[in-house]
Amino acid sequence: MTNEITIHLDINGKTHSLSVEPRVTLLDALRDHLALTGTKKGCDQGQCGACTVHVNGERVLSCLTLAAQAEGQKITTIEGLSDHGAELHPVQAAFLEHDAFQCGYCTPGQIMSAVACIREGHTGSDDEIREYMSGNLCRCGAYPHIIEAVREAAKVMS
Amino acid sequence: MRDFSYLRAASVEEAINAAALPATMLLAGGTTLLDLAKCGVADPERVVDISHLTGLDTIRVDGEGAFIGALAKMSRVAVDAAIQQQFPAVSEALWQAASAQIRNMASIGGNLLQRTRCAYFRDPATFPACNKRSPGSGCSALEGVTRNHAVLGGSDACIATYPGDLAVALTAFDAVVHLGERSVAIDDFFLLPGSTPNREHAMQPGEMITAITIPTSVAARHSTFIKVRDRQSYEFAAASAAVGIAFEADGKTISDIRVALGGVATKPWRARGVEDALRGRAFEPEAVKQASRLAIEGAIDHGANHYKIELAPRVVERAILKTGAMA
Ligand SMILES: Cc1cc2nc3c(=O)[nH]c(=O)nc-3n(C[C@H](O)[C@H](O)[C@H](O)COP(=O)(O)OP(=O)(O)OC[C@H]3O[C@@H](n4cnc5c(N)ncnc54)[C@H](O)[C@@H]3O)c2cc1C
Ligand code: SF4
Ligand code: FES
Ligand code: FES
Repeated sequence: MTNEITIHLDINGKTHSLSVEPRVTLLDALRDHLALTGTKKGCDQGQCGACTVHVNGERVLSCLTLAAQAEGQKITTIEGLSDHGAELHPVQAAFLEHDAFQCGYCTPGQIMSAVACIREGHTGSDDEIREYMSGNLCRCGAYPHIIEAVREAAKVMS
Repeated sequence: MRDFSYLRAASVEEAINAAALPATMLLAGGTTLLDLAKCGVADPERVVDISHLTGLDTIRVDGEGAFIGALAKMSRVAVDAAIQQQFPAVSEALWQAASAQIRNMASIGGNLLQRTRCAYFRDPATFPACNKRSPGSGCSALEGVTRNHAVLGGSDACIATYPGDLAVALTAFDAVVHLGERSVAIDDFFLLPGSTPNREHAMQPGEMITAITIPTSVAARHSTFIKVRDRQSYEFAAASAAVGIAFEADGKTISDIRVALGGVATKPWRARGVEDALRGRAFEPEAVKQASRLAIEGAIDHGANHYKIELAPRVVERAILKTGAMA
Protein backbone atom coordinates (compact mmCIF):
# COMPACT_ATOMS: atom_id res chain seq x y z
CA MET A 1 0.00 0.00 0.00
CA THR A 2 3.06 2.21 0.03
CA ASN A 3 3.11 2.82 -3.68
CA GLU A 4 -0.40 4.18 -4.27
CA ILE A 5 -0.96 7.03 -6.66
CA THR A 6 -3.93 9.33 -6.95
CA ILE A 7 -5.62 9.41 -10.32
CA HIS A 8 -8.68 11.09 -11.76
CA LEU A 9 -10.85 9.15 -14.15
CA ASP A 10 -13.56 10.61 -16.37
CA ILE A 11 -16.17 7.86 -16.44
CA ASN A 12 -19.59 8.28 -18.03
CA GLY A 13 -19.20 12.06 -17.84
CA LYS A 14 -18.30 12.13 -14.14
CA THR A 15 -14.85 12.64 -12.66
CA HIS A 16 -13.78 10.16 -9.99
CA SER A 17 -10.66 10.51 -7.85
CA LEU A 18 -9.13 7.34 -6.55
CA SER A 19 -5.98 6.10 -4.93
CA VAL A 20 -4.61 2.92 -6.54
CA GLU A 21 -1.40 0.96 -6.94
CA PRO A 22 0.00 1.61 -10.43
CA ARG A 23 -0.55 -2.04 -11.42
CA VAL A 24 -4.34 -1.74 -11.00
CA THR A 25 -6.12 -2.19 -14.30
CA LEU A 26 -8.96 -0.03 -15.48
CA LEU A 27 -11.19 -3.10 -15.09
CA ASP A 28 -10.30 -3.56 -11.41
CA ALA A 29 -10.58 0.17 -10.79
CA LEU A 30 -14.11 0.17 -12.21
CA ARG A 31 -15.28 -2.94 -10.38
CA ASP A 32 -13.39 -2.88 -7.08
CA HIS A 33 -12.81 0.81 -6.47
CA LEU A 34 -15.81 2.49 -8.09
CA ALA A 35 -18.47 -0.25 -7.74
CA LEU A 36 -19.18 -0.07 -11.48
CA THR A 37 -19.64 -3.82 -11.80
CA GLY A 38 -21.45 -3.78 -15.15
CA THR A 39 -18.09 -4.30 -16.86
CA LYS A 40 -17.25 -7.99 -16.44
CA LYS A 41 -14.04 -9.88 -15.85
CA GLY A 42 -13.89 -13.07 -17.90
CA CYS A 43 -10.31 -14.09 -18.66
CA ASP A 44 -8.42 -11.00 -17.43
CA GLN A 45 -5.96 -11.67 -20.31
CA GLY A 46 -7.37 -10.09 -23.42
CA GLN A 47 -8.96 -13.29 -24.70
CA CYS A 48 -12.72 -12.87 -24.19
CA GLY A 49 -13.94 -9.27 -24.54
CA ALA A 50 -16.15 -9.32 -21.41
CA CYS A 51 -14.32 -6.24 -20.09
CA THR A 52 -14.89 -4.09 -23.21
CA VAL A 53 -15.38 -0.36 -22.54
CA HIS A 54 -15.00 2.72 -24.71
CA VAL A 55 -12.04 5.05 -24.34
CA ASN A 56 -12.56 8.27 -26.30
CA GLY A 57 -15.38 6.50 -28.13
CA GLU A 58 -13.32 3.48 -29.22
CA ARG A 59 -13.75 -0.05 -27.90
CA VAL A 60 -10.83 -1.34 -25.85
CA LEU A 61 -10.18 -4.03 -23.23
CA SER A 62 -10.17 -2.65 -19.69
CA CYS A 63 -8.31 -5.74 -18.38
CA LEU A 64 -5.21 -4.82 -20.42
CA THR A 65 -5.38 -1.08 -19.72
CA LEU A 66 -3.84 0.40 -16.59
CA ALA A 67 -6.16 2.71 -14.68
CA ALA A 68 -3.30 5.24 -14.59
CA GLN A 69 -2.99 5.01 -18.38
CA ALA A 70 -6.67 5.96 -18.75
CA GLU A 71 -6.31 9.20 -16.80
CA GLY A 72 -7.33 12.15 -18.95
CA GLN A 73 -9.35 9.98 -21.37
CA LYS A 74 -13.10 9.83 -21.73
CA ILE A 75 -14.28 6.43 -20.51
CA THR A 76 -17.74 5.01 -21.19
CA THR A 77 -18.97 1.82 -19.55
CA ILE A 78 -22.21 -0.10 -19.98
CA GLU A 79 -23.65 1.98 -17.13
CA GLY A 80 -23.12 5.13 -19.19
CA LEU A 81 -24.69 3.93 -22.42
CA SER A 82 -28.15 5.22 -21.57
CA ASP A 83 -29.23 7.52 -18.75
CA HIS A 84 -30.65 5.87 -15.68
CA GLY A 85 -34.40 5.47 -16.10
CA ALA A 86 -34.27 6.81 -19.66
CA GLU A 87 -34.88 4.78 -22.79
CA LEU A 88 -32.44 1.98 -23.52
CA HIS A 89 -29.71 2.47 -26.10
CA PRO A 90 -30.88 0.89 -29.42
CA VAL A 91 -28.27 -1.87 -29.06
CA GLN A 92 -29.45 -2.69 -25.54
CA ALA A 93 -33.04 -2.75 -26.80
CA ALA A 94 -32.07 -5.02 -29.70
CA PHE A 95 -30.32 -7.49 -27.39
CA LEU A 96 -33.54 -7.73 -25.32
CA GLU A 97 -35.77 -7.93 -28.38
CA HIS A 98 -33.69 -10.67 -30.02
CA ASP A 99 -32.95 -12.61 -26.85
CA ALA A 100 -29.23 -12.24 -27.54
CA PHE A 101 -27.97 -13.83 -24.34
CA GLN A 102 -28.47 -16.71 -21.99
CA CYS A 103 -26.54 -16.22 -18.73
CA GLY A 104 -25.81 -12.60 -19.61
CA TYR A 105 -22.22 -12.56 -18.41
CA CYS A 106 -20.70 -11.60 -21.76
CA THR A 107 -23.54 -9.22 -22.58
CA PRO A 108 -22.18 -5.87 -21.34
CA GLY A 109 -18.99 -6.51 -23.33
CA GLN A 110 -20.98 -7.65 -26.37
CA ILE A 111 -23.12 -4.51 -26.24
CA MET A 112 -20.18 -2.11 -25.83
CA SER A 113 -18.41 -3.87 -28.69
CA ALA A 114 -21.54 -3.85 -30.87
CA VAL A 115 -22.08 -0.11 -30.39
CA ALA A 116 -18.55 0.50 -31.64
CA CYS A 117 -18.87 -2.09 -34.42
CA ILE A 118 -21.93 -0.28 -35.76
CA ARG A 119 -20.25 3.11 -35.44
CA GLU A 120 -17.20 1.78 -37.33
CA GLY A 121 -19.49 0.65 -40.15
CA HIS A 122 -18.64 -3.03 -39.91
CA THR A 123 -22.18 -4.38 -40.20
CA GLY A 124 -22.41 -4.72 -43.99
CA SER A 125 -23.11 -8.46 -43.84
CA ASP A 126 -23.47 -11.18 -41.21
CA ASP A 127 -19.94 -12.34 -42.06
CA GLU A 128 -18.60 -8.87 -41.48
CA ILE A 129 -20.45 -8.67 -38.15
CA ARG A 130 -19.01 -12.05 -37.16
CA GLU A 131 -15.48 -10.93 -38.04
CA TYR A 132 -15.70 -7.59 -36.24
CA MET A 133 -17.49 -9.03 -33.20
CA SER A 134 -15.02 -11.94 -32.91
CA GLY A 135 -13.29 -10.27 -29.96
CA ASN A 136 -16.30 -11.07 -27.78
CA LEU A 137 -16.73 -14.70 -26.82
CA CYS A 138 -20.01 -16.12 -25.51
CA ARG A 139 -19.72 -19.33 -23.49
CA CYS A 140 -23.47 -19.84 -23.85
CA GLY A 141 -23.16 -19.77 -27.63
CA ALA A 142 -25.78 -17.09 -28.13
CA TYR A 143 -24.00 -16.03 -31.32
CA PRO A 144 -26.89 -16.38 -33.82
CA HIS A 145 -29.08 -14.06 -31.76
CA ILE A 146 -26.20 -11.67 -31.09
CA ILE A 147 -25.65 -11.35 -34.86
CA GLU A 148 -29.38 -10.71 -35.33
CA ALA A 149 -29.41 -8.06 -32.61
CA VAL A 150 -26.38 -6.26 -34.06
CA ARG A 151 -27.79 -6.40 -37.59
CA GLU A 152 -31.15 -5.00 -36.48
CA ALA A 153 -29.66 -2.36 -34.17
CA ALA A 154 -27.48 -1.18 -37.04
CA LYS A 155 -30.63 -0.59 -39.12
CA VAL A 156 -32.27 1.38 -36.31
CA MET A 157 -29.16 3.48 -35.79
CA SER A 158 -28.52 4.31 -39.45
CA MET B 1 1.52 -9.26 -11.08
CA ARG B 2 3.97 -7.51 -8.76
CA ASP B 3 3.51 -3.83 -8.31
CA PHE B 4 5.70 -1.37 -10.19
CA SER B 5 6.19 2.34 -10.33
CA TYR B 6 4.47 4.21 -13.15
CA LEU B 7 5.88 7.10 -15.12
CA ARG B 8 4.01 8.83 -17.92
CA ALA B 9 6.78 9.92 -20.30
CA ALA B 10 6.52 13.50 -21.55
CA SER B 11 9.01 13.10 -24.41
CA VAL B 12 10.89 10.45 -26.37
CA GLU B 13 14.10 11.56 -24.61
CA GLU B 14 12.53 11.05 -21.21
CA ALA B 15 11.20 7.64 -22.26
CA ILE B 16 14.60 6.50 -23.59
CA ASN B 17 16.45 7.73 -20.51
CA ALA B 18 14.00 6.02 -18.20
CA ALA B 19 14.02 2.82 -20.26
CA ALA B 20 17.80 2.55 -19.84
CA LEU B 21 17.29 1.98 -16.08
CA PRO B 22 17.34 -1.65 -14.98
CA ALA B 23 14.05 -3.63 -14.79
CA THR B 24 12.25 -0.89 -16.68
CA MET B 25 9.80 -1.51 -19.51
CA LEU B 26 8.04 0.74 -21.97
CA LEU B 27 4.25 0.53 -22.06
CA ALA B 28 2.48 1.32 -25.34
CA GLY B 29 -0.88 -0.42 -25.85
CA GLY B 30 -0.08 -2.80 -23.01
CA THR B 31 -1.69 -5.80 -24.72
CA THR B 32 1.54 -7.81 -24.55
CA LEU B 33 3.17 -6.28 -21.50
CA LEU B 34 0.20 -6.42 -19.09
CA ASP B 35 -0.78 -9.87 -20.32
CA LEU B 36 2.74 -11.17 -19.62
CA ALA B 37 2.95 -9.36 -16.28
CA LYS B 38 -0.21 -11.21 -15.24
CA CYS B 39 1.33 -14.52 -16.37
CA GLY B 40 4.41 -13.79 -14.27
CA VAL B 41 6.63 -13.65 -17.35
CA ALA B 42 7.24 -9.89 -17.37
CA ASP B 43 8.22 -8.51 -14.00
CA PRO B 44 9.10 -4.82 -14.39
CA GLU B 45 9.95 -2.61 -11.42
CA ARG B 46 9.28 0.50 -13.47
CA VAL B 47 6.79 0.98 -16.27
CA VAL B 48 7.24 3.95 -18.57
CA ASP B 49 4.00 4.81 -20.33
CA ILE B 50 4.72 6.07 -23.85
CA SER B 51 1.15 5.73 -25.08
CA HIS B 52 0.45 9.44 -24.59
CA LEU B 53 3.50 10.75 -26.48
CA THR B 54 2.45 12.93 -29.39
CA GLY B 55 3.89 12.94 -32.90
CA LEU B 56 4.74 9.23 -33.00
CA ASP B 57 1.52 8.05 -34.62
CA THR B 58 1.99 9.46 -38.12
CA ILE B 59 0.94 7.32 -41.07
CA ARG B 60 2.27 8.76 -44.34
CA VAL B 61 2.61 7.24 -47.80
CA ASP B 62 4.47 9.00 -50.62
CA GLY B 63 6.38 7.99 -53.76
CA GLU B 64 9.24 6.57 -51.67
CA GLY B 65 7.14 4.39 -49.44
CA ALA B 66 5.24 4.26 -46.17
CA PHE B 67 6.29 5.86 -42.92
CA ILE B 68 4.45 4.53 -39.89
CA GLY B 69 5.11 5.98 -36.44
CA ALA B 70 5.74 3.46 -33.65
CA LEU B 71 2.63 4.54 -31.75
CA ALA B 72 0.22 4.34 -34.69
CA LYS B 73 -2.56 1.95 -33.72
CA MET B 74 -3.01 -1.31 -35.63
CA SER B 75 -6.64 -0.37 -36.33
CA ARG B 76 -5.65 2.98 -37.90
CA VAL B 77 -2.96 1.54 -40.14
CA ALA B 78 -5.29 -1.28 -41.28
CA VAL B 79 -7.88 1.17 -42.63
CA ASP B 80 -5.50 3.81 -43.99
CA ALA B 81 -6.51 4.25 -47.64
CA ALA B 82 -2.97 4.75 -48.94
CA ILE B 83 -1.69 1.70 -47.05
CA GLN B 84 -4.58 -0.35 -48.44
CA GLN B 85 -3.72 0.80 -51.94
CA GLN B 86 0.09 0.61 -51.86
CA PHE B 87 0.56 -2.21 -49.33
CA PRO B 88 -2.60 -4.35 -49.26
CA ALA B 89 -0.82 -7.28 -47.55
CA VAL B 90 0.07 -4.97 -44.64
CA SER B 91 -3.53 -3.91 -44.18
CA GLU B 92 -4.74 -7.52 -44.47
CA ALA B 93 -2.18 -8.77 -41.94
CA LEU B 94 -3.39 -6.12 -39.52
CA TRP B 95 -7.13 -6.54 -39.74
CA GLN B 96 -6.83 -10.30 -39.47
CA ALA B 97 -4.82 -10.00 -36.25
CA ALA B 98 -6.21 -10.17 -32.71
CA SER B 99 -9.61 -8.45 -32.23
CA ALA B 100 -11.09 -5.03 -32.94
CA GLN B 101 -10.59 -4.04 -29.30
CA ILE B 102 -6.94 -5.12 -29.23
CA ARG B 103 -6.22 -3.42 -32.56
CA ASN B 104 -7.57 -0.15 -31.11
CA MET B 105 -5.06 -0.42 -28.27
CA ALA B 106 -2.01 -2.03 -29.83
CA SER B 107 0.78 0.03 -31.37
CA ILE B 108 2.90 -0.87 -34.38
CA GLY B 109 6.11 -0.79 -32.33
CA GLY B 110 4.63 -3.01 -29.62
CA ASN B 111 3.23 -5.31 -32.28
CA LEU B 112 6.69 -6.13 -33.65
CA LEU B 113 7.88 -6.86 -30.11
CA GLN B 114 5.04 -9.18 -29.09
CA ARG B 115 6.31 -12.37 -27.49
CA THR B 116 5.79 -16.00 -28.43
CA ARG B 117 2.55 -17.77 -27.46
CA CYS B 118 4.54 -20.90 -26.45
CA ALA B 119 2.36 -22.23 -23.60
CA TYR B 120 5.43 -23.24 -21.58
CA PHE B 121 6.95 -19.79 -21.89
CA ARG B 122 3.68 -18.26 -20.64
CA ASP B 123 3.42 -20.47 -17.54
CA PRO B 124 6.55 -20.09 -15.40
CA ALA B 125 4.92 -21.47 -12.25
CA THR B 126 4.24 -24.85 -13.86
CA PHE B 127 7.18 -24.97 -16.29
CA PRO B 128 10.35 -23.49 -14.82
CA ALA B 129 12.42 -24.77 -17.77
CA CYS B 130 12.41 -22.25 -20.60
CA ASN B 131 15.61 -20.97 -22.19
CA LYS B 132 13.86 -17.92 -23.54
CA ARG B 133 12.76 -16.85 -20.05
CA SER B 134 15.68 -18.19 -18.04
CA PRO B 135 18.73 -18.89 -20.21
CA GLY B 136 20.22 -22.31 -19.52
CA SER B 137 17.13 -23.72 -17.78
CA GLY B 138 16.20 -26.02 -20.66
CA CYS B 139 13.19 -26.13 -22.98
CA SER B 140 9.92 -27.63 -21.77
CA ALA B 141 8.48 -27.69 -25.28
CA LEU B 142 11.04 -30.07 -26.77
CA GLU B 143 9.66 -32.81 -24.51
CA GLY B 144 6.11 -31.50 -24.57
CA VAL B 145 3.18 -30.67 -26.81
CA THR B 146 4.51 -28.93 -29.89
CA ARG B 147 1.39 -28.33 -31.97
CA ASN B 148 2.02 -24.58 -32.18
CA HIS B 149 5.79 -24.69 -32.33
CA ALA B 150 8.07 -23.75 -35.18
CA VAL B 151 9.30 -26.09 -37.91
CA LEU B 152 11.71 -23.49 -39.34
CA GLY B 153 14.53 -21.63 -37.62
CA GLY B 154 14.46 -23.60 -34.37
CA SER B 155 17.48 -24.69 -32.35
CA ASP B 156 18.29 -27.18 -29.58
CA ALA B 157 17.54 -24.37 -27.17
CA CYS B 158 14.15 -23.12 -28.41
CA ILE B 159 11.50 -23.85 -31.02
CA ALA B 160 9.03 -21.08 -30.12
CA THR B 161 7.03 -19.61 -33.01
CA TYR B 162 7.08 -15.88 -33.66
CA PRO B 163 3.33 -15.25 -33.47
CA GLY B 164 2.80 -11.88 -35.16
CA ASP B 165 1.21 -11.24 -38.55
CA LEU B 166 2.31 -7.71 -39.43
CA ALA B 167 6.03 -8.52 -39.28
CA VAL B 168 5.50 -11.25 -41.88
CA ALA B 169 4.17 -8.73 -44.40
CA LEU B 170 6.91 -6.27 -43.46
CA THR B 171 9.55 -8.96 -44.04
CA ALA B 172 8.23 -9.69 -47.52
CA PHE B 173 8.56 -6.02 -48.50
CA ASP B 174 11.93 -5.17 -46.93
CA ALA B 175 10.67 -2.81 -44.24
CA VAL B 176 13.13 -0.95 -42.04
CA VAL B 177 12.82 -0.52 -38.27
CA HIS B 178 13.88 2.91 -37.02
CA LEU B 179 15.37 3.21 -33.55
CA GLY B 180 15.76 6.97 -33.37
CA GLU B 181 18.95 7.70 -35.32
CA ARG B 182 19.73 4.06 -36.08
CA SER B 183 17.81 1.89 -38.51
CA VAL B 184 17.81 -1.87 -38.99
CA ALA B 185 16.49 -3.94 -41.92
CA ILE B 186 13.54 -5.99 -40.69
CA ASP B 187 15.23 -9.31 -41.51
CA ASP B 188 18.20 -8.31 -39.31
CA PHE B 189 15.94 -6.90 -36.60
CA PHE B 190 14.55 -10.32 -35.66
CA LEU B 191 17.13 -12.84 -34.45
CA LEU B 192 17.14 -16.62 -34.73
CA PRO B 193 17.06 -18.31 -31.31
CA GLY B 194 20.37 -20.21 -31.72
CA SER B 195 21.86 -20.67 -28.25
CA THR B 196 20.42 -17.36 -27.00
CA PRO B 197 16.63 -17.50 -27.46
CA ASN B 198 16.29 -14.81 -24.79
CA ARG B 199 17.63 -12.36 -27.40
CA GLU B 200 14.83 -11.85 -29.92
CA HIS B 201 15.75 -8.64 -31.69
CA ALA B 202 18.61 -6.30 -32.46
CA MET B 203 17.54 -3.54 -30.08
CA GLN B 204 20.00 -2.49 -27.37
CA PRO B 205 18.89 -1.54 -23.85
CA GLY B 206 17.64 2.02 -23.86
CA GLU B 207 16.69 1.95 -27.53
CA MET B 208 13.16 2.54 -28.65
CA ILE B 209 11.34 1.93 -31.92
CA THR B 210 10.31 5.30 -33.32
CA ALA B 211 8.95 4.26 -36.73
CA ILE B 212 8.96 1.69 -39.47
CA THR B 213 9.28 2.44 -43.17
CA ILE B 214 8.35 0.25 -46.13
CA PRO B 215 9.75 1.04 -49.59
CA THR B 216 7.24 1.28 -52.43
CA SER B 217 7.36 -1.50 -55.01
CA VAL B 218 5.09 -2.94 -57.64
CA ALA B 219 5.17 -6.25 -55.77
CA ALA B 220 3.99 -4.56 -52.57
CA ARG B 221 1.15 -2.91 -54.48
CA HIS B 222 0.06 -6.31 -55.83
CA SER B 223 0.16 -8.21 -52.59
CA THR B 224 -1.89 -10.49 -50.37
CA PHE B 225 -1.75 -11.87 -46.85
CA ILE B 226 -3.38 -15.24 -46.22
CA LYS B 227 -3.77 -16.55 -42.69
CA VAL B 228 -4.94 -20.07 -41.82
CA ARG B 229 -5.84 -20.82 -38.21
CA ASP B 230 -7.73 -23.10 -35.85
CA ARG B 231 -10.74 -20.80 -35.75
CA GLN B 232 -11.83 -18.27 -38.30
CA SER B 233 -11.03 -15.12 -36.36
CA TYR B 234 -9.34 -13.86 -33.15
CA GLU B 235 -6.65 -16.52 -33.39
CA PHE B 236 -2.95 -16.67 -34.17
CA ALA B 237 -1.79 -18.18 -37.46
CA ALA B 238 -1.24 -21.92 -37.85
CA ALA B 239 0.45 -20.83 -41.07
CA SER B 240 0.37 -17.55 -42.97
CA ALA B 241 1.93 -16.13 -46.10
CA ALA B 242 2.53 -12.63 -47.40
CA VAL B 243 3.08 -12.57 -51.15
CA GLY B 244 3.69 -9.80 -53.67
CA ILE B 245 4.20 -10.19 -57.43
CA ALA B 246 5.23 -7.95 -60.34
CA PHE B 247 5.03 -9.02 -63.98
CA GLU B 248 7.00 -8.10 -67.10
CA ALA B 249 5.17 -6.12 -69.81
CA ASP B 250 3.97 -9.45 -71.30
CA GLY B 251 1.75 -9.82 -68.21
CA LYS B 252 2.87 -13.36 -67.48
CA THR B 253 6.61 -13.45 -66.81
CA ILE B 254 7.30 -12.87 -63.12
CA SER B 255 9.77 -9.99 -62.76
CA ASP B 256 9.65 -9.71 -58.97
CA ILE B 257 8.16 -11.93 -56.31
CA ARG B 258 8.23 -11.68 -52.51
CA VAL B 259 7.22 -14.48 -50.18
CA ALA B 260 7.30 -14.51 -46.39
CA LEU B 261 5.85 -17.05 -43.95
CA GLY B 262 4.32 -16.74 -40.50
CA GLY B 263 3.10 -19.12 -37.83
CA VAL B 264 5.68 -21.77 -38.70
CA ALA B 265 9.06 -20.21 -37.89
CA THR B 266 10.96 -18.73 -34.97
CA LYS B 267 11.07 -15.36 -36.72
CA PRO B 268 9.18 -13.84 -39.65
CA TRP B 269 10.48 -16.04 -42.45
CA ARG B 270 11.47 -14.84 -45.90
CA ALA B 271 11.17 -17.74 -48.36
CA ARG B 272 13.89 -16.75 -50.82
CA GLY B 273 14.00 -20.25 -52.28
CA VAL B 274 10.44 -19.85 -53.56
CA GLU B 275 11.23 -16.39 -54.92
CA ASP B 276 14.36 -17.57 -56.75
CA ALA B 277 12.50 -20.50 -58.30
CA LEU B 278 9.80 -18.27 -59.78
CA ARG B 279 11.56 -15.02 -60.69
CA GLY B 280 11.94 -14.81 -64.45
CA ARG B 281 9.55 -17.73 -64.96
CA ALA B 282 6.11 -17.68 -66.57
CA PHE B 283 3.26 -17.62 -64.06
CA GLU B 284 1.88 -21.10 -64.31
CA PRO B 285 0.02 -23.13 -61.64
CA GLU B 286 2.22 -26.23 -61.77
CA ALA B 287 5.42 -24.17 -61.45
CA VAL B 288 3.85 -22.29 -58.53
CA LYS B 289 2.96 -25.55 -56.81
CA GLN B 290 6.49 -26.95 -57.22
CA ALA B 291 8.15 -23.73 -56.09
CA SER B 292 5.88 -23.47 -53.03
CA ARG B 293 7.35 -26.71 -51.68
CA LEU B 294 10.63 -24.84 -51.28
CA ALA B 295 9.03 -22.69 -48.58
CA ILE B 296 9.69 -25.42 -46.01
CA GLU B 297 13.24 -26.27 -47.13
CA GLY B 298 15.13 -27.35 -44.03
CA ALA B 299 11.99 -27.75 -41.90
CA ILE B 300 12.18 -30.01 -38.86
CA ASP B 301 9.04 -31.18 -37.09
CA HIS B 302 8.59 -32.25 -33.48
CA GLY B 303 5.66 -34.60 -33.89
CA ALA B 304 2.53 -32.61 -33.19
CA ASN B 305 3.59 -29.72 -35.40
CA HIS B 306 4.26 -31.91 -38.43
CA TYR B 307 1.06 -30.62 -40.05
CA LYS B 308 2.72 -27.23 -40.50
CA ILE B 309 5.13 -28.78 -43.00
CA GLU B 310 2.15 -29.88 -45.08
CA LEU B 311 0.15 -26.73 -44.52
CA ALA B 312 2.74 -24.00 -45.13
CA PRO B 313 3.45 -24.78 -48.82
CA ARG B 314 -0.29 -24.93 -49.54
CA VAL B 315 -0.83 -21.54 -47.92
CA VAL B 316 2.08 -20.14 -49.96
CA GLU B 317 0.69 -21.67 -53.15
CA ARG B 318 -2.78 -20.25 -52.49
CA ALA B 319 -1.34 -16.82 -51.77
CA ILE B 320 0.77 -16.84 -54.95
CA LEU B 321 -2.15 -17.98 -57.11
CA LYS B 322 -4.43 -15.34 -55.61
CA THR B 323 -1.85 -12.57 -56.00
CA GLY B 324 -0.99 -13.58 -59.54
CA ALA B 325 -4.64 -13.45 -60.53
CA MET B 326 -4.87 -9.87 -59.18
CA ALA B 327 -1.68 -8.41 -60.60
C1 LIG C 1 -5.79 -12.37 -27.11
C2 LIG C 1 -4.76 -11.81 -28.05
C3 LIG C 1 -4.78 -12.19 -29.39
C4 LIG C 1 -3.84 -11.69 -30.27
N1 LIG C 1 -3.86 -12.10 -31.57
C5 LIG C 1 -2.92 -11.63 -32.42
C6 LIG C 1 -2.89 -12.04 -33.79
O1 LIG C 1 -3.73 -12.82 -34.24
N2 LIG C 1 -1.91 -11.55 -34.59
C7 LIG C 1 -0.97 -10.67 -34.13
O2 LIG C 1 -0.12 -10.24 -34.90
N3 LIG C 1 -0.97 -10.26 -32.85
C8 LIG C 1 -1.91 -10.74 -32.00
N4 LIG C 1 -1.88 -10.35 -30.69
C9 LIG C 1 -0.73 -9.57 -30.20
C10 LIG C 1 -0.97 -8.09 -30.27
O3 LIG C 1 -1.02 -7.69 -31.62
C11 LIG C 1 0.17 -7.42 -29.52
O4 LIG C 1 -0.03 -7.69 -28.14
C12 LIG C 1 0.23 -5.94 -29.74
O5 LIG C 1 0.44 -5.62 -31.07
C13 LIG C 1 1.34 -5.33 -28.89
O6 LIG C 1 1.31 -3.93 -29.03
P1 LIG C 1 1.15 -3.00 -27.74
O7 LIG C 1 1.26 -1.59 -28.19
O8 LIG C 1 -0.05 -3.36 -26.97
O9 LIG C 1 2.47 -3.44 -26.95
P2 LIG C 1 2.88 -3.35 -25.43
O10 LIG C 1 2.29 -4.46 -24.67
O11 LIG C 1 2.68 -1.98 -24.89
O12 LIG C 1 4.45 -3.58 -25.61
C14 LIG C 1 4.97 -4.82 -26.05
C15 LIG C 1 6.47 -4.84 -25.79
O13 LIG C 1 7.15 -3.92 -26.62
C16 LIG C 1 7.80 -2.92 -25.85
N5 LIG C 1 7.56 -1.68 -26.59
C17 LIG C 1 6.33 -1.18 -26.95
N6 LIG C 1 6.49 -0.11 -27.76
C18 LIG C 1 7.83 0.04 -27.92
C19 LIG C 1 8.62 0.96 -28.67
N7 LIG C 1 8.08 1.93 -29.42
N8 LIG C 1 9.98 0.83 -28.63
C20 LIG C 1 10.54 -0.16 -27.88
N9 LIG C 1 9.85 -1.04 -27.16
C21 LIG C 1 8.50 -0.95 -27.18
C22 LIG C 1 7.22 -3.00 -24.47
O14 LIG C 1 8.16 -2.65 -23.48
C23 LIG C 1 6.85 -4.47 -24.38
O15 LIG C 1 7.93 -5.24 -24.01
C24 LIG C 1 -2.84 -10.79 -29.79
C25 LIG C 1 -2.85 -10.39 -28.46
C26 LIG C 1 -3.79 -10.89 -27.58
C27 LIG C 1 -3.75 -10.44 -26.15
S1 SF4 D 1 10.16 -23.39 -27.09
FE1 SF4 D 1 11.37 -21.63 -26.40
S2 SF4 D 1 9.84 -20.37 -25.34
FE2 SF4 D 1 8.95 -22.45 -25.46
S3 SF4 D 1 9.64 -23.53 -23.59
FE3 SF4 D 1 11.19 -23.95 -25.15
S4 SF4 D 1 12.73 -22.35 -24.74
FE4 SF4 D 1 10.85 -21.65 -23.76
S1 FES E 1 -11.58 -9.95 -19.22
FE1 FES E 1 -10.65 -8.60 -20.62
S2 FES E 1 -10.66 -9.76 -22.44
FE2 FES E 1 -11.37 -11.22 -20.99
S1 FES F 1 -24.76 -15.20 -22.58
FE1 FES F 1 -23.63 -16.52 -21.29
S2 FES F 1 -21.61 -16.08 -21.95
FE2 FES F 1 -22.77 -15.05 -23.42
